[in-house]
Amino acid sequence: MSRVPLDPRTAPSFQTAAKVLLGDAQLRKNVRHATDVIQNKRRRLVEEKHDWQQMRESGRQIRAHALQHLDIYLAEFERNFTAAGGHIHWARDAAEAQRIVIDLVKQTGTSEVIKIKSMTTEEIQLNNALEAAGVHAFETDLAELIIQLGEDQPSHIVVPALHKNRSQVREIFRKKMNLPNLGETPQDLAEAARQFLREKFLRVPVAISGANFLIAETGGVCIVESEGNGRMCLTLPETLISVVGIEKVLPSWQDLEPLIQLLPRSATGERMNPYNSLWTGVHPGDGPTNMHIVLLDNGRTDVLADHEGRQTLQCIRCGACQNACPVYRQTGGHAYGSVYAGPIGAILTPQLMHMEHSQSLPYASSLCGACYEVCPVKINIPEVLIHLRNKVVEQNGWYAPESLAMKAVAQAFLSEKRFRAAQRLGRIAESPLVKKRKQNKLQVLGQEEAQTPGWIGWLPGLLGGWTDTRDLQAMPKETFRDWWEKRNEKGSNRT
Amino acid sequence: MNVALFITCYNDTLFPSTGKAVVQVLERLGHTVTFPAGQTCCGQMHWNTGYQIEALPLLPRFVAQFEHAEAVVVPSSSCVAMMRDHYPMMAERIAAEGEDKTLPERVAKLLPRIWEFSEFLTKKLGITDVGAYYPHRVTYHASCHGLRGLGLGDGPLSLLKSVRGLELVEISNLEQCCGFGGTFAIKNAEVSSAMLAEKTQAVLNTGAEQCTACDNSCLMHIEGALHRQRTGVGTKHIAEILAHTEADAAAEANNPVEVTV
Ligand code: SF4
Repeated sequence: MSRVPLDPRTAPSFQTAAKVLLGDAQLRKNVRHATDVIQNKRRRLVEEKHDWQQMRESGRQIRAHALQHLDIYLAEFERNFTAAGGHIHWARDAAEAQRIVIDLVKQTGTSEVIKIKSMTTEEIQLNNALEAAGVHAFETDLAELIIQLGEDQPSHIVVPALHKNRSQVREIFRKKMNLPNLGETPQDLAEAARQFLREKFLRVPVAISGANFLIAETGGVCIVESEGNGRMCLTLPETLISVVGIEKVLPSWQDLEPLIQLLPRSATGERMNPYNSLWTGVHPGDGPTNMHIVLLDNGRTDVLADHEGRQTLQCIRCGACQNACPVYRQTGGHAYGSVYAGPIGAILTPQLMHMEHSQSLPYASSLCGACYEVCPVKINIPEVLIHLRNKVVEQNGWYAPESLAMKAVAQAFLSEKRFRAAQRLGRIAESPLVKKRKQNKLQVLGQEEAQTPGWIGWLPGLLGGWTDTRDLQAMPKETFRDWWEKRNEKGSNRT
Repeated sequence: MNVALFITCYNDTLFPSTGKAVVQVLERLGHTVTFPAGQTCCGQMHWNTGYQIEALPLLPRFVAQFEHAEAVVVPSSSCVAMMRDHYPMMAERIAAEGEDKTLPERVAKLLPRIWEFSEFLTKKLGITDVGAYYPHRVTYHASCHGLRGLGLGDGPLSLLKSVRGLELVEISNLEQCCGFGGTFAIKNAEVSSAMLAEKTQAVLNTGAEQCTACDNSCLMHIEGALHRQRTGVGTKHIAEILAHTEADAAAEANNPVEVTV
């Protein structure tokens, strides 16, 4: 059941992938519907909170502060988690994290693990690595199970199977669970998943998870979820291995207060997550007796070092920016070529890849600002996108055709004379492309001069992207400044 | 009041009628309009596309042109958002590079006097009725920079509601981007077109004759599709609607406006 994971190193550019996905009517309908539903639920719950903006601000400050002093809080977490009976492992990159997890699983002697939904383990492609090492991982989150059984890829960080509708899910279950007579109500599907998973919860001795927050002060770990399958994984198996990005640490227990309110309202439009699991260390007779946390860097230290990019790490993975994004709405998540889709993916993936891959992602946005508006920890995503665009432009070099054109235009803007010359030049250059209106003018209307300057229906090269679906109004004969000058020459003749 | 008009590079070149309308409205309200001749561009296109180095020199140029104005009016929300969001930091950067240490302070003094056109009317002057007459069914597109960048809120709507004869119909997806996004419309033309299709559908659903906004950039995009599909629905910058009076209507009746083919 191994599948080809979303890998930024091999994924096609956003434009290329988007082109294909835009042709999938079913997918687009599913994505539009699901994001509309979640957004409406979120909006209602945000509106009822009169202190929402203050809460966002405290969320931002807590996360920014934790990142500012990450070295201190990580060390504090390690001390307290270890004192409570857990084991900490540090992983520089995906390969190291995979190795650590495989070794830990092998030590238990099992060849099966159950998993709680975790984007971090998706990021490091853990399932495939386990499979290659002879360990089978069972996803227990309903959406992740759908993805796994369908040999699909997650398209959303909170609702990974958001691009599938109910009848598609039913088909996957029918085939993969061998249930030819499966009904199609949500109850039927949930029951099928329950039957499929229960037996594994009771049998498999090792669970693998991520975490929403780590608490430095106590060495505590927090996982929130909606289904309770996570709770099963956290309580039944003897061994729990959590793979957690180093940015997930919070200084104190109290810091959870705003975050645990901001997260469910933003993510699923719920006042509270149905299951909030918080545990500190090993307690005999209560939960796993063998607890490991793999603290994963995988590019995060470099993001932290970048003054302007750093705020990306404040993210609490609520997915609100994905639901609000008008670009994601059209393409769904797979176009982003990474488990992190949508606006957060557009800024996170290129940075985690050290700007060596995914250079098309910073441009996969109209900078409309909807993501920033909903982000519960106030990550200014448009600002980070622009920052990353600068890096891409630098990488492309001054001799790239776009760069040369942009430099020429910038030069024109530096002098009024040159700007006017450029305006005249533009009018000359476009003139062969303008459909002349004069010839079409209806005699009966009897106007001397055309009021609007005609239309362009075709443009060459890259600009053709515009005219594939849009006309372009031609430049009027007279610029505003020409008009202004004439008007002032005429003096009293004011419009 | 003495108002300096920053027309913006693309309005100057592509939409002079908007500039004329701004002048007309402000003069009708008794203000004096000036046009600093050395003005060109605020730097938005370069800044947002990743050309910071090219955008930076445009800042001192803009400041020199406008810092003595009593008020600066700009008929483009995205350009005003550019200035408010990025000029302070750009000025700091120029100062840090040792080029012009006075720039941050000059920018800080100038910014509060810069107004988007509709905002100048509703927030600075505190008026909504500018004496306009426009007997048409109109829908309003809240551009992203106006809506989220400047927080224009109901300001433009209250201006339109005070226009005599105008029937205002609300669009269903007011908060959704039209897909323009500057170079996004070309770099990601396919996705941009898909976003635009949703927006134009919503415009058509209103049954409006004209779609208006505080940004000609979005309108150029929306009209591009409306015209391609020969819908007969047009777009007009809000200033052009607010400039329109009964005298204009009478003149048009005697000399009908041409049909665009
Ligand atoms: S960037 Fe903000 S809105 Fe997007 S997933 Fe992260 S926390 Fe949520």
